Amino acid sequence: MAGALVLLSIVPGGGLHGVQSTGAAVLRPFEVGAERVAAPFRDAYNWFAGLVHAKSENARLRTQVDKYRQLAIQSKNAVQENSDLKRQLRFVGSPEFPSGFNYIATEIVSRAPSEFQQQVTIAAGSVNGVRLDDPVVTPDGLVGLVTKVAHNESQVSLVTDPASKVSAMDNVTRATGIVGVGQGRGTLILDRVSKSQSINPDDLIVTQGWRVPPLKSLYPHGIPIGYVTGASQNDLDLYWNVQLHPNVDFGSLQNVLVLVPKKRH
Amino acid sequence: MRFLVEPAKVGVLIFVAAILQVTLFSSAQILGGTPDVVLLTLMAIALLRGSVYGASAGFAAGLLVDTANLGTLGVTSLLLTIAGYWIGRYGETTGRDRLHAPYVSVAVATVLVQFGALFLHYMLGDPVSARIALLDALPAKVLLNLILTLPVYALVRRALAFATVPEGATEVRLLG
Repeated sequence: MAGALVLLSIVPGGGLHGVQSTGAAVLRPFEVGAERVAAPFRDAYNWFAGLVHAKSENARLRTQVDKYRQLAIQSKNAVQENSDLKRQLRFVGSPEFPSGFNYIATEIVSRAPSEFQQQVTIAAGSVNGVRLDDPVVTPDGLVGLVTKVAHNESQVSLVTDPASKVSAMDNVTRATGIVGVGQGRGTLILDRVSKSQSINPDDLIVTQGWRVPPLKSLYPHGIPIGYVTGASQNDLDLYWNVQLHPNVDFGSLQNVLVLVPKKRH
Repeated sequence: MRFLVEPAKVGVLIFVAAILQVTLFSSAQILGGTPDVVLLTLMAIALLRGSVYGASAGFAAGLLVDTANLGTLGVTSLLLTIAGYWIGRYGETTGRDRLHAPYVSVAVATVLVQFGALFLHYMLGDPVSARIALLDALPAKVLLNLILTLPVYALVRRALAFATVPEGATEVRLLG
């Protein structure tokens, strides 16, 4: 019977999607209830776990604050200059993140129980305006992509899913590549960065958001993904070997934002 | 109505375990692994009530987990049905009245379910990493499951004993 269910699930039009959607809707109040009961305990655990690394993290963050304060001043001037130049050129661009999008703020109601599935279920579905392939973010950066939509729940595949590939670029050197899952748990790599391009440690990697009509990237340009922790190359490799540390802490995700384009085609 | 009490208790236990698993325990990553309370609850039910209950509870638990996660329906059911039946048969035969039976069942079932899941996901064409699943996660998962075996087993045993109507006398003892 279980085997038959698997077959019906994977066959397109197998008729189980509606049943599963209804089942998920029935289970949702229980999941939300359990999540709310567990939340204080999880917060307490995270608070104590955070204390362990607080001192070293504080020193690292202070250094980063100084660096980013200087960058912020430079960026402010660059944004102003960019805006003036675009106006002068009458530049027509595609929807940009975050100005070109509305948000659906929602919470995570369940997580996949095994290491084989890097998916979470969120408490917003088609009734809330979520559609297949909508990007999902947090204030820290990219979380993943909506891969299944039910009436009032959706499944989000995380960036750490082995099937996930995101076209990305180095925000400083403009080197482009594809972000995928790294060798270690929870790590990412930036693949397909040719050796002619340059990559530096601590560079921020953001979504590239390319557009080649009629195709375009599923992710808009400029969503932070992570920063470079290491980059190496040898004579045999065609590309840089770039390791990333994701900006988002996938282990303690609780609330996310689904990006909904202001003009949906 | 008495024959419905036992399945209802098993159903409630499985339902609670599945909800706790998808909301709470799946995100509790310790040493790279996550405890599997659904498997632990299933182990206790199968050892205490036998292979038929084990298989049925495994099927229902898998269905709940896959439904809650909007995953491929039937994958977890298939694995847990086999695990529940095997643990039940072990409890009815070799493991009967053995103190170590819950620990052996949990260790073996955790490893086999993990290998089985890897195989099924591979056959379904899902991208899977055997290194992460077997080397990074499995040892910690076995350890965490073994640590939780005793409390979960004791809880399930108490829950199954709760409100159980004693069997009526089936024999007459001759006195004198």
